[in-house]
Amino acid sequence: MCGIAGIIHKKAGKGVNIGQQMTSMLQALKHRGPDSTGYAMYGKDNGNQILRFKVAEAADLEGSYDIHATIKDRMETVNSRLTELGVKVVKKESPTEYAHRYEVQFSGDMKKVADFVEDVEGVEILSIGNSLELVKDLGDASVVSDQYGLNDFNGTHGIGHTRMATESDVDIRSAHPYWAYPFSDVAVVHNGQLTNYWTNRRSLERSGHRFSSNCDSELIAVYLADRMSQGDDLETAMKGSIDYLDGVFTYLVATKDQLGMAKDVMAAKPMVVYEGEDMIALASEEVAIRTLFDHRIETFDPYHGEVKVWQN
Amino acid sequence: MAELRKETSQEMGLHEETLKGRTQKKFFSIDESENLTYFHSFDVDTSKSATIDALDMTPREINREIRELMEKGIGDITVDNPMSRHGVGVGILNRLNLTFSDSLGYFGCGLIDGPNVHIKGRVGWSCAENMMAGTVVIDKNAGSTFGAAIRGGDLVCKGSVGARTGIDQKGGTIIVGGKTGAFSGFMMQRGRMIVLGDAGMNLGDSMYDGTIYVGGEVEELGVDCVQADMTELDVRYLTEKLALYGMKTPRGVEKMQKHISGKMLWNYANLEPNEKKLIL
Repeated sequence: MCGIAGIIHKKAGKGVNIGQQMTSMLQALKHRGPDSTGYAMYGKDNGNQILRFKVAEAADLEGSYDIHATIKDRMETVNSRLTELGVKVVKKESPTEYAHRYEVQFSGDMKKVADFVEDVEGVEILSIGNSLELVKDLGDASVVSDQYGLNDFNGTHGIGHTRMATESDVDIRSAHPYWAYPFSDVAVVHNGQLTNYWTNRRSLERSGHRFSSNCDSELIAVYLADRMSQGDDLETAMKGSIDYLDGVFTYLVATKDQLGMAKDVMAAKPMVVYEGEDMIALASEEVAIRTLFDHRIETFDPYHGEVKVWQN
Repeated sequence: MAELRKETSQEMGLHEETLKGRTQKKFFSIDESENLTYFHSFDVDTSKSATIDALDMTPREINREIRELMEKGIGDITVDNPMSRHGVGVGILNRLNLTFSDSLGYFGCGLIDGPNVHIKGRVGWSCAENMMAGTVVIDKNAGSTFGAAIRGGDLVCKGSVGARTGIDQKGGTIIVGGKTGAFSGFMMQRGRMIVLGDAGMNLGDSMYDGTIYVGGEVEELGVDCVQADMTELDVRYLTEKLALYGMKTPRGVEKMQKHISGKMLWNYANLEPNEKKLIL
């Protein structure tokens, strides 16, 4: 059934510890999906591009004797390709052997970078953005948060997901959030099932878009990317998605300075919203939002076919 | 319309059907008055009060504490800090005044038969599912499938509710102070639903009995749901029912729209009332 959550601060100033807030909400939603947990959080833009990518699946480490050598080879190839394209890597971090975070300086076409890097076998770009940090891995929120050091993450807004696998495998590739390739700083999380996934996927692939997984939720990210590439703003693209997507869904999307929510026409998937003066928090269940407060709060359920967008 | 042949209903087992099973035999035999009660139901005194601070309690611990207080004869219980937890206040089968000082999560107050519950907050999905009798009053909003399959009692939300309100409703009354979402009254079989605000699309879809009153606009009627004329009896009923909970509709109950089933189901409409009881 999956759980999704989001938070946006209107007056974040130098940033709020949204890492801890998102972990708190996602841990409270663990019962909705224990397979994997993912975060798309937005921190301070220091002028560099942030490249998050993985060179193997977590499960690969246990499935092959030569995986460590393979990972090393893939990393060397990725680094040489970045150099070849003129991408200057100013900071490297490796929370795990297979997941990496690079801060890079590059003024050219990042789509070209993404395509060239992903051309390396086993390599997947998780996100590219000026402030987006997309992290996803197997396990619950506390495990992933500790693994990637998210407990002290300061930022303005974020979305997250706890996954119960239904349409595809239990792996990082099928975990949420999905980056809306090739758009910087756009990410999506989804709760539900899309029944026109393959039809629409083939259509989008014919238009030149790429899919990195077989998870139906990725369709939302790619669709929004497609609409925005044709000039739609986020809210218009999201409203279009209500008719475009068939099935049951509630999804959250985040951009550099916005957080949006959309619900299908049958309102088959839950969402609870808290709208305060300084902060908006959303989650599949109110029990997640309540972890952020020690006092009573007013909440509401969005209606069928409803789209809402908040700005920070 | 052709009549249902007796052999058909006999084949369906309706004539031969008798209430069987341990529960029916043990607790509902009219010859055994001492057994005219549920297992785990208690005689309580509503003048005796107690408060539970649920801040650090699990749903199971909260429900167990409520039961233990009822066992002691306490009939007026307040639960502070329920923290939107799921499945709280369920399975209460006797008279009780129960107050939650804040919001509940999913499946709050489900499977109850008799208590008067006041929730001073919001409720998540499926509040009061399968309620048999009593009252549940919610001060704020409610999530989807509000009052799913209720069979009796009054379920009142003073705010707005989500989609599929009263799905499979088999009796009782659901009152919504605000608006209700899509597919409200879906497969409704009996009882009344009163919505003072607007109703979403597919209202009363596939309903085959019961009545839905709407004070605001109806986005779209579902299959089998049709509008009917308001009668003096409807107006009187609505006036008295809403007065019980201090609720009003801005345009007056006379201007509410009444909806009923427009299509009779073959294997339902041809049954006698006592036969309908058996299949509901």
